Amino acid sequence: MITLTHYLILSGVLFTIGLIGVLVRRSALVIFMCIELMLNAVNLTFIAFSRYLNSLDGQVFVFFVLSVAAAEVVVGLAIIILIFRNRATVNVDEINLMKW
Amino acid sequence: MLLETVLFYLFATVAIISAVFVVIRKNPVSSAVSLVITFLSLAGLYVLLNAHFVAAVQILVYAGAIMVLFLFVIMLMDLKREEDFFSKLRIQKYFGIVFAVIFLAEGFIAIKAFGTRSLSKEIYTPENIAEAGGNTKVIGKLLFTDFLLPFEVTSVLLLVAIIGAVVLGKKED
Repeated sequence: MITLTHYLILSGVLFTIGLIGVLVRRSALVIFMCIELMLNAVNLTFIAFSRYLNSLDGQVFVFFVLSVAAAEVVVGLAIIILIFRNRATVNVDEINLMKW
Repeated sequence: MLLETVLFYLFATVAIISAVFVVIRKNPVSSAVSLVITFLSLAGLYVLLNAHFVAAVQILVYAGAIMVLFLFVIMLMDLKREEDFFSKLRIQKYFGIVFAVIFLAEGFIAIKAFGTRSLSKEIYTPENIAEAGGNTKVIGKLLFTDFLLPFEVTSVLLLVAIIGAVVLGKKED
């Protein structure tokens, strides 16, 4: 029998994998993907709670998280492209100056 | 019941393995493809949780639109493989992993303390939802009644994102 705890543990593990990715990877693109992974882990928590509390609010919240994630990806990738045009790199260790 | 258990463990395993691949693959394209597999297995989990509408949106928006955007950008930039795979700052790498694991342990403790007791008795049981016309219909009604203002604000957010992308992507002359 699959309980709420199973889903919460899975979500925690996925969130932690995304967190490790953000902390250890240096490519801005992969960091972005790991942020998406963390957002999805949170979405899974929302939906699991929504199912086990017999409420639909969690699913509506996932809808909003999805649209925020879409907006974030659009603007973020545009910024990454701009940085790549200027510096020819997306390594976040080399992008450490606000102005040069 | 047995089928549900088997499917849960199947999707969970696939999701975790492909999530690990997102982090450890050197080539950004294979990271992106692993991420798509994670999204697909999460969509499977959503179906198991009776969230059919969100599962469909997950595949359309995440596995479809967002990942295509990622792949376009990766190919546009023609990235070479990340040479020093992990950070040059070795200490940051180890501290990052240690703190992430501590965070996970903290989460487990919180889950354990919470247990599996149910919090409240809300009205949207699976039977009630089926009677009211299905998951999608009920969510649509909620979106346009209880959540009308957030819904409209979301459209403004998307408009701002479009304008931001156009302004940023425009070549300066």
